[in-house]
Amino acid sequence: MQKSLHINADKCTGCLQCEMACSYEHYGVFNTSKSRIKVFEFHKTGKKVPYTCTQCDEAWCLQACPVDAIRVDLITGAKVVSDDTCVGCKVCTISCPFGTINYVQDTGKVQKCDLCGGDPACATACPTQAITYVDADWTGLDRMREWANKLGNQDNAN
Amino acid sequence: MSWAGKLLRVNLSKGTCQSEPLNMGWAKEYLGSRGLASKYFVEEVDPKVDPLSPENKIIWATGPLTGTMASTGGRYTVVTKGPLTGAIACSNSGGYWGAELKMAGWDMVIFEGKSPKPVYLYIENDKAELLDASDLWGRSVWETEPSIKIKHQDPQIRVSCIGLAGENQVLYAAIVNDLHRAAGRSGVGAVMGSKNLKAVAVRGTKGVGNLKDPKAFMAATAAGKAVLAGHAVTGQGLPTYGTQVLMNVINEVGALPTRNHQDVQFEGAKDISAEAMAEPRESDGKPHLVTNQACFACTIACGRISKIDDTHFSIENKPQHMHASGGLEYEAAWALGAANGVNDLETLQYANQLCNEQGLDPISFGATVGAVMELYEMGVLTKEQIGIEAPFGSAKALCYLAEITTEGTGFGEEMGLGSARLTKKYGHPDLSMSVKGQEFPAYDGRVIQGIGLAYATSNRGACHLRGYTIASEVLGIPVKTEPADTNGKPELVKAFQDATAAFDSAGICIFTSFAWTLADVAPQLQAACGDEFTVENLTTIGERIWNMERDFNNRAGFTNKDDKLPKRLMTEAAKSGPGKGSVSGLDKMLPEYYKVRGWDAEGRPSAETLKRLGL
Repeated sequence: MQKSLHINADKCTGCLQCEMACSYEHYGVFNTSKSRIKVFEFHKTGKKVPYTCTQCDEAWCLQACPVDAIRVDLITGAKVVSDDTCVGCKVCTISCPFGTINYVQDTGKVQKCDLCGGDPACATACPTQAITYVDADWTGLDRMREWANKLGNQDNAN
Repeated sequence: MSWAGKLLRVNLSKGTCQSEPLNMGWAKEYLGSRGLASKYFVEEVDPKVDPLSPENKIIWATGPLTGTMASTGGRYTVVTKGPLTGAIACSNSGGYWGAELKMAGWDMVIFEGKSPKPVYLYIENDKAELLDASDLWGRSVWETEPSIKIKHQDPQIRVSCIGLAGENQVLYAAIVNDLHRAAGRSGVGAVMGSKNLKAVAVRGTKGVGNLKDPKAFMAATAAGKAVLAGHAVTGQGLPTYGTQVLMNVINEVGALPTRNHQDVQFEGAKDISAEAMAEPRESDGKPHLVTNQACFACTIACGRISKIDDTHFSIENKPQHMHASGGLEYEAAWALGAANGVNDLETLQYANQLCNEQGLDPISFGATVGAVMELYEMGVLTKEQIGIEAPFGSAKALCYLAEITTEGTGFGEEMGLGSARLTKKYGHPDLSMSVKGQEFPAYDGRVIQGIGLAYATSNRGACHLRGYTIASEVLGIPVKTEPADTNGKPELVKAFQDATAAFDSAGICIFTSFAWTLADVAPQLQAACGDEFTVENLTTIGERIWNMERDFNNRAGFTNKDDKLPKRLMTEAAKSGPGKGSVSGLDKMLPEYYKVRGWDAEGRPSAETLKRLGL
């Protein structure tokens, strides 16, 4: 069973624990500027929205890479950048419609979410379950349950 | 080691920025943030210095846990000599700025001198430079932060700055970062204004990585977070209701100072409480509260984001206030509300937003309004002098006074002096509800005895964040003590004061202490910094910091005569509630407190105490 990162922005408080967990997992430092998940704050509405790679099935980044540096992890389904192969051409950063693969000046390579090999540090660190790692076929399960509950709570339901 | 290991020294007179290695010997003795910055400050600054002169210095400092995954590890402290009090000032703020400074590779920034023209400091990792701020001078906090981001074409810059209040040297001007988090008290913003320093803008991409034992650190911080999540206050009360959860609680115990401390219960408390914030409004059917918000690394998330009703009179023709914004916290809701008898939530939020927009301490501002309203009702101040009719309960007067205080126009200039100077000027100094010139926060010191003693002895003037005995006396954390009882309170106050100094100096938020003791902090610090940071050592570090601050104040001219509460709390009994009839028992507690502290009868640390603490 493959799993997916599932984001519920309404639960995000903007604490950035996910960004620190990500940078620590991949670089061994607490450094939000190196995180592959990014929380956006919208001051005028109070909204905080975590954003990262959704691991597209037909990934634009993977298709665009001229040196096949992006491969599919067959266990997790993650599209993973091989640092040994990446030449830093950045074509993938142009092709990704969501902007979730980015160039890193320090390394001369690109980086993207790799699901931490199947145990995403961001989901573990999130204190409010705004980020969870759930059955890839059932990312809508919680929302379905919420609606089902609303229906079930109606007075005339039986 | 978790410290970045270097500090930035900025000479505003000469326009220079220099890197210095951090004094690691001092770091071991004073930890960081409040403690370490205060050590640098007392070593470098004459206690008699005029707070608004170029000879005063002002320090922005992070702690060893700032910028890490330790819950709430995003705090920074501003240390200087405060113009409101003349005592050492130390104001703490959350948001994201502190972590950004640490990630840029700096533990602290020390500013000296005075710039000949308005400037701001721009830090990008190792690079630091003073840049012209003439186009920012005269701008609000809410205009300054986006302007700097646009100028540098970098939306990820974090900004700590002043608004008009700081520029006008309002004696309780705040320093605001991330639009609505503030180093709020003691007038630290006025010191910035006096130095022609508009902002400190930071972009840090280096990160924090040199922990002593990263694996142990991850385990210790995870354990700490689990404790916070499982505690009723930090896991449920604060995230759901914010600090405003206290409004109805404190009103019920009869310790909610009302109308300049004339009463101890406010009939309008329920209208301005956390519960009221969550209720749909009559006007537009939407609740005042939009959502909660965390500071950097915080797993509690007590911050409030609110939105004023667009049709409310206070924001007519003010588009900059017609969206979600920070507020209301309990202290601000009390100071702007109960302290003045105003029970209109929308008005309080507007006044609170104005404090954020222009950089003003809402506690001292609100309490000064309370004093002005009492003087108005006595006939000492008139409508002509103030510019508006200002009886207790007037929402219009509150809005007006907030506007003229931030602008520094008309009577606003006198408002900017704070209640102690203002009431003295009009011949009624006893009507200032303050200690050492700084106004009380939201708990009545004659009903809750321990907090009264904590106010009287706080090193930065009246303050709830230097020894929050309310935790014990009202909430029963860590053990319940009787509010009316004076016995044991000197020991209780000392324990809270010392532990708080250690929490502050670690770079974490004092709100963790609802659930954590130093036994929860020690493993995190030990994994990050070194084995020596045991509970015992942290307690000693806290006591050392407290005595160092006290010693600075003594040398600045403060004596035991300044450890006092206003006459009202000593002689006018509480009129209602469970504490009805009580006055402060400070006279009994204070000598005992000095004894417990190892100080002489004049409140000076004895030679033996100084020696024991390595001072």
